Amino acid sequence: MKLLLTGNEAIARGAWEAGVKFATAYPGTPSTEILENVATYPEIVSEWAPNEKVALEAAAGAAIGGVRSLCAMKHVGVNVATDPLFTLAYLGVNAGAVLVTADEPGMHSSQNEQDNRNYARHAKVCMFEPSDSQEAKDMIKEAYAVSEAYDMPVLFRMTTRVCHSKSIVSCSDREEVADKPYEKDIRKYCPLPAFARGMQVKLADNFARLEDYSNTTPFNYIEDNGAEIGIIGSGVAYRYAKEVFGNSVSYLKIGFSYPLPMAKIAEFAKGKKTLYIFEENDPIMEKEIKAAGIACVGKEKLPAMGELTPDRIRQALLDETPEVINPNPEMVLPRPPALCAGCPHRGVFYELGRRKDLMIFSDIGCYSLGLMPPYNATDAMICMGASISGGHGVQKAFDIKGDHSKKVVSILGDSTFFHSGITSLMDVTYNQSNTLTIILDNRITGMTGHQQNPGTGFDLSGNAAPIIDIEAMVKACGIKNLISVDPNNLKIVAEAIEWGLNVEGPAVIITRWPCVLKKFSAQDNEEFPTAFKMVATVNVDTCIGCKKCLKSGCPALAFDRANKKSGILKETCVGCGVCAQICPKQAIAVEVR
Amino acid sequence: METKNIVLVGVGGQGTILAAKLLTSGLMAAGYDVKMSEIHGMSQRGGSVSSLVRYGDDVQSPVIEIGSADIVVAFEKMEGLRSMEYLKPSGKMIVNDTEIFPLSVIIGATTYPENILDEIKSKVNLRVMAATKMAEDLGNPKVMNVILLGSIIKSMGLTDIDWEAIIAENVKPQFKELNVKALKAGMDAV
Repeated sequence: MKLLLTGNEAIARGAWEAGVKFATAYPGTPSTEILENVATYPEIVSEWAPNEKVALEAAAGAAIGGVRSLCAMKHVGVNVATDPLFTLAYLGVNAGAVLVTADEPGMHSSQNEQDNRNYARHAKVCMFEPSDSQEAKDMIKEAYAVSEAYDMPVLFRMTTRVCHSKSIVSCSDREEVADKPYEKDIRKYCPLPAFARGMQVKLADNFARLEDYSNTTPFNYIEDNGAEIGIIGSGVAYRYAKEVFGNSVSYLKIGFSYPLPMAKIAEFAKGKKTLYIFEENDPIMEKEIKAAGIACVGKEKLPAMGELTPDRIRQALLDETPEVINPNPEMVLPRPPALCAGCPHRGVFYELGRRKDLMIFSDIGCYSLGLMPPYNATDAMICMGASISGGHGVQKAFDIKGDHSKKVVSILGDSTFFHSGITSLMDVTYNQSNTLTIILDNRITGMTGHQQNPGTGFDLSGNAAPIIDIEAMVKACGIKNLISVDPNNLKIVAEAIEWGLNVEGPAVIITRWPCVLKKFSAQDNEEFPTAFKMVATVNVDTCIGCKKCLKSGCPALAFDRANKKSGILKETCVGCGVCAQICPKQAIAVEVR
Repeated sequence: METKNIVLVGVGGQGTILAAKLLTSGLMAAGYDVKMSEIHGMSQRGGSVSSLVRYGDDVQSPVIEIGSADIVVAFEKMEGLRSMEYLKPSGKMIVNDTEIFPLSVIIGATTYPENILDEIKSKVNLRVMAATKMAEDLGNPKVMNVILLGSIIKSMGLTDIDWEAIIAENVKPQFKELNVKALKAGMDAV
């Protein structure tokens, strides 16, 4: 059977065909759809974990317990999961375990462009790198065989283009793989120093054997076109090379990329006039090949940042620039993403943006858009959970300097709070900080496309799940000053912020209102009966054209330049009422749709 | 055959992704090698979205290079202007005569240019479609995307493919008839 699949769908299919029985992930672009698709196969127990470290530990445990397991995350998620990863490499597995890392050359939706092929070297785990959906499916199956044969977790590098591109995949049936018995073996599973030293030796032996595998696996293959020019390529960079050069050069396609097939590379290099290395991001293969004494050309000619797309290859190696028709650049307006009409973060950022006495440490999620006009609220962001702990550090620095001109507000969402905000909040309480933390609970993981989380009452498969109560969690972290507010009521939001900034000790404000794009549960309908069932209209006779409502930054607003009056797009507006509260002339009415 | 390149661009929520899905399903059923690439990280939050569709005998790259698209179909005018660079000199552009204001216009920092279609027309082979209006006339503004898909199918000479079957496989039964009508309306309009 042939199907047109994205790389993410192909991984899910491959895991199913490989007999995987347990899968877990924390959502993150471009990896999110892997688990969403895995969850459609009833034979696989699929879970959202609160964060990537937890996910990898659960997947490791399932493999130790005797069933094949899959774990998926975006590239920066692997940073969170490195602690278990590095030691799991020592322990090895029982049933096979594969960790998919979805890297982001080009940084389409990420804060950095780290190359997680480095982790294969650093953690001492082997690596596959598919270049399209067919390979993603085939290599996942092979990865389980390798994981079990060499007793190690396998790192599987996807990139955005492989994750989110569709191509044709030949599919087969699920192979039922026998479960492995679990046997207590402290020398294998308990890395006390005395045992870990032995594990290290075993790992080195396995790597020596893996070099043979790398030289013989069909996933590392030569396409000999009898050319003097040779290209060694991995991932989608190989496809881009073929797009540009076709059969005019010879190729060594690297699918199993760590350890590299050095014998095969040496054989391929023989008689070549020039050898080019095509890899996205860091010069990893290039350095290892050069270190082996094989001359090659890599990042001295090809870009080391961003995607290695065909146009960039043509420019770098052929000095070709395409004939392009460009529009008048002055007419092209950028279209960055914006908070949706009805977004519950709007009221909070409107009020935060009005104050000049705040240092706002934000976090990873839709609320990162709070830095954009018209709010211009945010000062800094680093990674998941850093709003609270990073904010704590900034406040300490202000205190040490005796600078009281600004006070720190930390802001993050419900899923990010569960991910790694809780430990940060403990830091705030324990070290007697004085920050204000705002938790925007929109009842879902929004940015990545509406995944359930420990606070929503549902699991990945949509079944009812116990709810972790954010308020109770905040109290358990030692916070005495806590209030919950409706983020669409600007007066209450403004008063809450003022209270939180002036109260003795650290304070937390929880806003609770669902994401406008969320599919409502029965509980949501009960708790938020009026949400998104309203619509706002402008009374043009009362409107004075002051444009103050536009400061809400709502995409449902449209200013009529001819009549100098505000207007509201009826089909976009969901009646949150934020603009109506900003209007100084009460010219905006909100009524039932 | 030489690989063909189709670019679909629009604003998050306009249905470019479904249109591209129907298109690639049809191309695959017709026996072509197909690749499609999408960037949709924050598309639901009103940003620009694009689907790049390539088909032929053996397609390597999933992305379309600037200056190489046979056809660019813009679901919104500004996105059409932005995506002109994809078009090869002999290529064709179809633009839906619809404006969606970016935030900078909404907050009054800039104005939406009035002469976008003139600018495009002065540089490339342009066909303007009133697909939003046509969809409203068919009774559902959401089928604008399928109307534009119809215009792609006609323009690229792909009318022999059984699109009715493709629609039946991909949309809910109650919407099949509407979508088939929309597709035909789009084909007839170019």
